Amino acid sequence: MQSDFTRRMPGVLRSGLVGSARSILDRLHIDWLLLLILCLILGIGSVVLYSASDTDMDYLNRQMIYVGMGVLVMLFVVQIPLAVMRRWAWLAYLVGLVLLVVVLVAGADAKGAQRWIDISIISFQPSEIIKLSLPLMLAAYLGDRAMPPRFKHVFAALALVFIPVVLVLLQPDLGTAILVSASGLVVLLLAGLRWRYILSALALLPVSAYGAWLFVLHDYQKQRVLTMFNPEADKLGAGWNIIQSTTAIGSGGWSGKGWMLGTQSHLDFLPESHTDFIIAVLAEEFGFRGVLLLLALYLLFFIRGFWISFTAQNSFSRLLAGSITFMIFVYVFVNMAMVSGILPVVGVPLPLVSYGGTSLVTMFAAFGVLMAVATERESLHAK
Amino acid sequence: MREYQQLDEVHINRRVAQIRILGLAVLLFVLLAGLVFRYYQLQIVQHEKFATLADENRVHVRALPPTRGLIFDRNGVVLAENRPSYTLSIVEERVEDLDELLDFLDGLMSFSDSEWQQFEEHSKQYRRPYESIPLRFQLTEEEVAVLAVNEFRLPGIEVEVELVRHYPFAEKIAHSLGYVGRINQREQAVIDTDRYQGTHVIGKVGIEKHYESVLLGRVGYEYVETDARGNVLRVLERQDAIAGQDIYLGIDSRMQLKAYELIKARRASVVALDVETGAVLTMVSTPSYDTNLFVAGISHRDYDQLLNHQGRPLYDRSLLGQYPPGSTVKPLFALAGLAEDVIQVDTVIHDHGEFQLEDGERIYRDWKRGGHGLVDVHIAIEQSCDIYFYELGHRAGIDVLHQYGDIFGLGKKTGIDMPSEMVGIMPSSRWKQDARNISWYTGDTINASIGQGFSLVTPIQLANMTANLARKGIAIRPHMVEAIGDEAFQPAVSQLIEVEEQYWQAIHSAMEDVVHDARGTAFEQGLDIDYRMAGKTGTAQVVSIAQEAEYNAEDLEITQRDHALFVSFAPAKNPKIAIAVIIENGEHGSTVAAPVARILTDKWFELYPHLLDDRAAMDHSGSEAI
Repeated sequence: MQSDFTRRMPGVLRSGLVGSARSILDRLHIDWLLLLILCLILGIGSVVLYSASDTDMDYLNRQMIYVGMGVLVMLFVVQIPLAVMRRWAWLAYLVGLVLLVVVLVAGADAKGAQRWIDISIISFQPSEIIKLSLPLMLAAYLGDRAMPPRFKHVFAALALVFIPVVLVLLQPDLGTAILVSASGLVVLLLAGLRWRYILSALALLPVSAYGAWLFVLHDYQKQRVLTMFNPEADKLGAGWNIIQSTTAIGSGGWSGKGWMLGTQSHLDFLPESHTDFIIAVLAEEFGFRGVLLLLALYLLFFIRGFWISFTAQNSFSRLLAGSITFMIFVYVFVNMAMVSGILPVVGVPLPLVSYGGTSLVTMFAAFGVLMAVATERESLHAK
Repeated sequence: MREYQQLDEVHINRRVAQIRILGLAVLLFVLLAGLVFRYYQLQIVQHEKFATLADENRVHVRALPPTRGLIFDRNGVVLAENRPSYTLSIVEERVEDLDELLDFLDGLMSFSDSEWQQFEEHSKQYRRPYESIPLRFQLTEEEVAVLAVNEFRLPGIEVEVELVRHYPFAEKIAHSLGYVGRINQREQAVIDTDRYQGTHVIGKVGIEKHYESVLLGRVGYEYVETDARGNVLRVLERQDAIAGQDIYLGIDSRMQLKAYELIKARRASVVALDVETGAVLTMVSTPSYDTNLFVAGISHRDYDQLLNHQGRPLYDRSLLGQYPPGSTVKPLFALAGLAEDVIQVDTVIHDHGEFQLEDGERIYRDWKRGGHGLVDVHIAIEQSCDIYFYELGHRAGIDVLHQYGDIFGLGKKTGIDMPSEMVGIMPSSRWKQDARNISWYTGDTINASIGQGFSLVTPIQLANMTANLARKGIAIRPHMVEAIGDEAFQPAVSQLIEVEEQYWQAIHSAMEDVVHDARGTAFEQGLDIDYRMAGKTGTAQVVSIAQEAEYNAEDLEITQRDHALFVSFAPAKNPKIAIAVIIENGEHGSTVAAPVARILTDKWFELYPHLLDDRAAMDHSGSEAI
């Protein structure tokens, strides 16, 4: 039993890489390996963003400011003791819910959906907060209880997921709803949700999908789903994005057309090239090998994330780190799948690569939580 | 124990979650592998296909339509030109508030309901993103200026320029020049569509049609890189269009205008040929029409009006109108009689006003009651004596008349460089058998010998015959074009027949006396004239008059009255210009048709006086010889 508490993370203390900085990073609770991976992904992202925004330095500059803000948020979050997070998780959850209600009532319109709260200094999407506070809430709730969770706990957890998802769907924002559901449900999975629940949920999936089709999805959302199956049906309308993005990706080939030389993106055939569809720019200009490199970095990140979760000190930390890692994977997967035409277009950014402030800050907050878990045992050990 | 249990629970919880983490990791691997597979599929397996698609996206082939060749008259006056025409169109994608914009435009230049309707129809049709929708064609200069001034307020509007054919002389040189119009479906099926990339019009009639391939030029291409909005960013490769060749016609626009003025109130045709070159100097058919109406597409109302007009303005009388030549063929038949030894220069016939076949009952009358008395071939032509030619025709037989008519170009196409002309009829016994399945009667010969009966000729044939006579048997195929680009047109020249010079002299002097002798049928035209002109009047019956009835114009519908004809060449001794005039239902060749020829000839020598100096030299040497 004791070994559990004394085991150290391999690498961190033994590594000579960080040298003298080690003590500072340790003091700041920074996981250097995670940070290194993040920096590499960010580097690639900036290079692609520069090209995707047509050498408009404004985008890159603002993205750097967001990164700076994100790092500050991360540094702040990582300092919060996990015990505090656990105790106040319900508050974070409640604040998230309230903001979701507020945005529905008083939010600003953008492209026909109310997703933003605009308070003169900053505008942000409350759904970003719930993406983090929901897994936090569920990890706190389920982490206290025996695993696998009993039926009533499963039911309560599902209710906790259901409420924000419905609020997000009302905005309407299908992509975020999927991400929020994923971040909540994955906590249940990690908590050892019994197979019979999982299997019956899978069995119910076609039925609920059909129900969603009939009662939940908006026409434009249905259109996107239909378009995915047959983009040629409306080449210049709904199918345009998908046709152009797959064309961009496919025309990149193995080695790509070269940085700044992508015709699809630079001639404006590719929509949203600096935000949701930025992977198509990377694929076009750097080819399949560029895609592989980025995926490899993400994979490193996921492995590191799961390792942090695997070696976490307690259930709460384990569930939290695992679900956050998986949520970030869902981002990557949904984004790359939708841009390459195997999922409907739902508006999910590619973490650390897509341009956009709110999602970046959320990401860094999530990294903060991950690092807090990663460094938890060190502090314990230090005691 | 309790603590132990607690530790146990912690242990179990950790095991459960760790197993699930491993499970999720596996799931994640599988899904990531799926992504890799998908990108592999797109980027490696289907790379060729998408690379092509991407190029098709950005690289567009644009046709560069060639500029149509211009058409000039013989002096370089433009007869057909290309003018810029401005079109107002709207790119909806660039417009913020379409209704507001349209309201504003309406305030600037008020649009008609049909324009709105067309715009709406256009906007509903399939188009590429950022493709413009036309709102008004052929903007006036004022409208262009107004739009230019307000351009900053009108994002999304475009004023596009395109070259459009224009005919400065409009109806005055209509039939011969022809016009271009939008390529229709029938033409679309026939033309080489590659050559017409970017070209929307094609020659429909006249020179514009006949020389279509010369005027069209060669289409150029340009490979351009465009962005998604269709904006051209750069030209990747370019092959310039080659403009169509310019065409110089033999027509003198001043002569053409004069001729048009002279006959515009009539249903008539005038054809003037350059005797020396065979070029058409003037070719007018009236009533006429404004060819410019057809260029942009004629309105139904205008077209109906042209179709229903009694004078059939669209009909080119010069090449398509078929008329009995009447007495205008007499000099030719006289030549036939002389050359074939049917008559001699001094053969005299007593004309008492009637002619009767040996076995027939029918009496053929002279146009002059009581006849002309003693008539030789000179007087017969000069006074247009019918009896003499009845006798001549009767002696020669129809096949000799046919032979000479045919040699001199009557009843067959002249081969002029125009899209269509009529054949006419120069009857023969065989023709009648073939066409009508009736054998030839001697009476038919009598009618044919004064250019009546079955005979039908076109004005161009008459002019050509006259030029052939003037050239003493040398034929030059009539032609519209003098030069294409820098290259002079080479007309076909041939010797039609060898006839003794004295016979030519006999015919020419008789025709000269038609105009200049006091007894000539066109004597009035020869007064106060300072050159010598040879001519022949003609009056062609439209309906045959009953045996005993008198022709009385008052009793006949206008369209049944006689056609007035006149053919001439001048100067008589060294001919430069040959003219054929036909005035439908003009009744009198001498007083209605002949003046047109006289005035035109005057005009010709006024414009080109040196042609008369030639004559003076000739006269001088001639008088010396005598």
